[in-house]
Amino acid sequence: MNAPLFASRHFRAEREADWARLEALLDIVESKSARRLSEEDLFELPRLYRATLSALSVARETSLDASLVDYLERLSTRAYFVLYGCRAPWGRQIAGFFGTGLPQAVRALWPEIVVATLLTVLSAVAAYALIRAEPAWFGAILSPEMASGRDMNASAEFLRKSLYDKPEDGGLELFAAYLFTHNAQVSFLCFALGFALGIPTLILLVQNGAMLGAMFAVYAPHGLAPGLFGWLMIHGSTELSAIVLAAAAGLRIGRAIAFPGERGRVAAAGAAGRTAATVMLGVILMLLVAGLLEGFARQLVTSDSARYAIAGAMFALWVGYFGLAGRRRRG
Amino acid sequence: MARRPRKPRPPLSLDRALVTPEGVTLNVRLGSGGARAGALVLDLLIMLAILIGFTLLVVLLARAGGTATGPLLMVVWLLGFFLLRNFYFVAFEAGGRAATPGKRLQKLRVVARDGGRLTPTAVLARNLMREVELFLPLSFLPFAFAEGTIDAWVGYLALGWACLFLFFLLFNRDRMRAGDLVAGTWVVENERRQIGAELLDPAALEGDRYRFAPHELAAYGAFELHKLEEVLRRNDRHDQFMVARTIRTKLGRNPDEGYDREFLEAYYAALRLELERKLLFGKRKKDKHDQQA
Repeated sequence: MNAPLFASRHFRAEREADWARLEALLDIVESKSARRLSEEDLFELPRLYRATLSALSVARETSLDASLVDYLERLSTRAYFVLYGCRAPWGRQIAGFFGTGLPQAVRALWPEIVVATLLTVLSAVAAYALIRAEPAWFGAILSPEMASGRDMNASAEFLRKSLYDKPEDGGLELFAAYLFTHNAQVSFLCFALGFALGIPTLILLVQNGAMLGAMFAVYAPHGLAPGLFGWLMIHGSTELSAIVLAAAAGLRIGRAIAFPGERGRVAAAGAAGRTAATVMLGVILMLLVAGLLEGFARQLVTSDSARYAIAGAMFALWVGYFGLAGRRRRG
Repeated sequence: MARRPRKPRPPLSLDRALVTPEGVTLNVRLGSGGARAGALVLDLLIMLAILIGFTLLVVLLARAGGTATGPLLMVVWLLGFFLLRNFYFVAFEAGGRAATPGKRLQKLRVVARDGGRLTPTAVLARNLMREVELFLPLSFLPFAFAEGTIDAWVGYLALGWACLFLFFLLFNRDRMRAGDLVAGTWVVENERRQIGAELLDPAALEGDRYRFAPHELAAYGAFELHKLEEVLRRNDRHDQFMVARTIRTKLGRNPDEGYDREFLEAYYAALRLELERKLLFGKRKKDKHDQQA
């Protein structure tokens, strides 16, 4: 038998060293870290990957050695995953995220944001009107534990104290941490429930708005509405915005699943999910800020005007950031 | 109204083709429901272990620090619990291996469905969905066991509804969780394979002991060649005996002549060279029934 007939044997012998080297590099990346690779290795890795990929194509067409083709297939796939896996130059990613990614994603959600805002406001107004007309509704909207005595029969003195007095047990930092984790968890739920066509998200929004309206219905008859507004909005301008954004993110997912349009349901859901998840990262940060404001600032700042100032400044900050950051300059 | 033409449905098996940006098709196998469940259980156990260790550490520190550090440690614990619950999966899957420890043990890995890069936002999206897939059913459990019929019935209904999300993965052919659907990802097997020894031995064809006539080499196709390769690699004497007998009979030779292994190696080499040569001329003989080549 003459040599040319052993083409596939030669094919393997010529390239086997490359494959072994690629395997060794992949081992280093997978078991340790990409930083362990030398400069030279980093240049080699894509070349070896492409060489292996082309060897796979050739082997599929010319070789009948099933184990060789299988091996090349696995090796190429592994290399592909490593090369196209999650990159982590975290510094640049974070800068890009806050510079453009987050504000752009928030602006992309504007129809959902409008819907979520309107729904919150309308359900607050509706609950307010409902309770002013028929006080018995209060118990249906706010549970006694949530109200903790601040119901329709509470005295003006009691309500005033609840707005301006410091809580007896110090522990502000614990309170802030609890609020943050609790609110973040609720907003995650708001986002994730968007998957059920967004309907549970809408229900959560209505419930949230109705609770706000119910609180006002308690305080307004005693002339404490402006005080309550300051007490709520010092953190609420941040927190409610975050909840609206989380709900908008959930609604976007629900909308993409219910009405996928031309692209098909799976593709539409994927695109919506990535935009929505970007917004959710922003929501987590906003809730962290809101938790700090609620836990510390609200207890330490007790004058209405200062509370209004903080609330207004925070709201302007968020709107300005999400509305203006990361826009491309018009040339 | 014109209906969009139905897209071809994905196959029932778990094998999928993934086209790399270089234009080469790679065959990947999706992780099965069992492997996914196993990975999840392993991850939950690891999370539980971390939580227990972390809690013990905080308690020990509180003992050592006295009452003054109490609230601060509670804050640390609350934030730690929050991070563990929500970002355990994200942190591991956003890393280079794109797999949590449980997934690594099950040889699984998260991949972007379009074959592109797996982005951190996709990882976040697929894991925030766990909130309805996993934690929501868990939070309904107490209702189901609650006293009083109304609460219990509400609990059962809610639990059934939540289970729709929990078992979502079994209702579609691509084994996607709700999170995978929303993030545009899927989970594939990431198995390593050792390169097999070269079976094509020139020595096997030297000498005149095994010469195969053209009609003997036309008896089988690529499918049978691959089966023969498997037998040779497994190197089981009984299998080789049976296969050698079958081949000799098919070729019209004496079923019991010569050594089995030697005969099989020689026939494998001759057949593979013959079929590969035909392959170079564009003729692929799929199996012994294939009359085209």
